Amino acid sequence: MSAINVIPIHWYIILSSILFSIGVTGVLFRRNAIIIFMSIELMLNAVNLLLVAFSAYHNDAAGQVFVFFTMAVAAAEIAVGLAILVVMYRNTKSTDIDILNRLKG
Amino acid sequence: MTQYLFVILGILAVLSALMVVFTKNPVHSVLYLVLTFFAIAGEYILLNAQFLAIVNIIVYAGAIMVLFLFVIMLLNLNKETEPHKNQWLKFAAVAAGGCLLIVLVGTLKGADAITQSPFNNNTGLIENLGKVLFSQFLLPFEVSSILFLAAMVGAVMLGKKEIK
Repeated sequence: MSAINVIPIHWYIILSSILFSIGVTGVLFRRNAIIIFMSIELMLNAVNLLLVAFSAYHNDAAGQVFVFFTMAVAAAEIAVGLAILVVMYRNTKSTDIDILNRLKG
Repeated sequence: MTQYLFVILGILAVLSALMVVFTKNPVHSVLYLVLTFFAIAGEYILLNAQFLAIVNIIVYAGAIMVLFLFVIMLLNLNKETEPHKNQWLKFAAVAAGGCLLIVLVGTLKGADAITQSPFNNNTGLIENLGKVLFSQFLLPFEVSSILFLAAMVGAVMLGKKEIK
């Protein structure tokens, strides 16, 4: 028995919305830049889940290929982001993003 | 049976996602995020997207989370000395997230159900995805390799010691 025969698409939409909202809350809630990166990953995963669900329900493989590309971009983003984080820590001895408000100029 | 699996995995994903945001210790956050990724991979398997389930575990739970753990250990952040936002900002953050959730669910709930195609077992399998990836999406695939090269060069450039 496959999931798409017994589970309505709305369940997936609601689950993805909840995960995405938790990600947004995490970005707003924490000051530690690493946790903020993790929340961004959470949001990307929520969107991935919805893409896979729509792909399965529409019987179209393009959605799953798109998820594959999203994962590639997320990996690249995290590599550069964590490098920036290490540089920031080296300069300020902290990963608190509120310190970065000196970029306001 | 399938509905129960969906609900259990969904609850697991949501609870561990909440723990990612609300635990104090960054290392625990990483571990809860790994749990979330495993739950999401389980949802992929329910949708018969087996290739993406495996890739999700390898790339996210394997590579990216190890990178996170590595940075946390390197910067020695595994203690709870993080400064916190004040109460009102936290409350505003939770309220904003809740409002976003209400708006998203409220908007999408009224959407018409999609006309469901007849279920095809092969959509998410490697053979089918590989054919689509290397015919229809060949150019984006190659461009993503350039993206990786750029990201790698960028990470090395940022990571190396400044030459004064």
